[in-house]
Amino acid sequence: MTPAAVSFLPILLLFLLALGVGAAILVISGWVLPGLLKPNNPQKTKLTPYECGVPLRQDGARHRYSVKFYLVAMLFILFDVEAAFLLPWAVQFKTHLGTFWAMLSFVATLLVGYIYAWGKGALDWER
Amino acid sequence: MGAIDLDDAVLTTRLDAVINWGRKNSLWPMPFGTACCAIEFMSVMASRYDMSRFGAEAMRFSPRQSDMLMILGTITNKQAPVLRQIYAQMAEPKWVVAVGVCASSGGMYRTYATLQGADRVIPVDVYVPGCPPRPETMLYGVMELQKKISRESLSARKEHIERFYASMARQEELQEAKGLSSQQVVREMVVAAGEQGGQQIW
Repeated sequence: MTPAAVSFLPILLLFLLALGVGAAILVISGWVLPGLLKPNNPQKTKLTPYECGVPLRQDGARHRYSVKFYLVAMLFILFDVEAAFLLPWAVQFKTHLGTFWAMLSFVATLLVGYIYAWGKGALDWER
Repeated sequence: MGAIDLDDAVLTTRLDAVINWGRKNSLWPMPFGTACCAIEFMSVMASRYDMSRFGAEAMRFSPRQSDMLMILGTITNKQAPVLRQIYAQMAEPKWVVAVGVCASSGGMYRTYATLQGADRVIPVDVYVPGCPPRPETMLYGVMELQKKISRESLSARKEHIERFYASMARQEELQEAKGLSSQQVVREMVVAAGEQGGQQIW
């Protein structure tokens, strides 16, 4: 170890000590003391999810739902970006006629994606 | 060496007394507002009447974080199991204040649809009269609850709550055995208790 690094050893020690004290405070106040002091009386009803006291319709909030929602979200982003891009372009179109072909290629690219999604049946909700 | 005179340097007390002192000054209310008493409760919590003077400013709308259930309004038969479930889900130790005549005894609603007092389905500690009670009356009710807490023993409170859990287990057993809804079972339990001359199902 170089002499320059050795002179920094106390700082490393201080860092480790601070880390240890911090961890000790967290563990004692968050784990050891509550374990000794807190009242613990688990009951079947008490441990059920809180739904304003009404009997549960399903097992909590972590149930699974259809992947179709993600498809719709993805398609929405696709056409949202397209619309956001098309609108300002349409406003400025008369003064920038040359951008027509550029825009057409952009829309054509999205069209390919649209046809692909259609062909895959992503728009078919009742499937 | 003579005896050391500690005088008033040391204070001796009972564990019950010091724990109850802490409990009564840190009540966390959970409002179960079903009628106009809940509107009155708003002003109890607001600055004019200010329930935080009694250590009960931390109002929570989840039973997980509260230990004083304020029943603020009419409890219908359909709501009885809801009330029971919410009381069961509250943190221990827990107390109940029935605010207003509806929660205390059914009040003016002497009908087939109304539970004739919340104490038929859950253990109530303090009854506050009035329709709705004035904020001062509600505060007086909370102060009475504080007095009650400072007098009670820890084990008695624990047994009191355990008795309720036992009735909750009975309710669930009946529900599974008969395949009825919680509303139907609680209604049956209330009616059965009434036929035997009792009033409470817990």
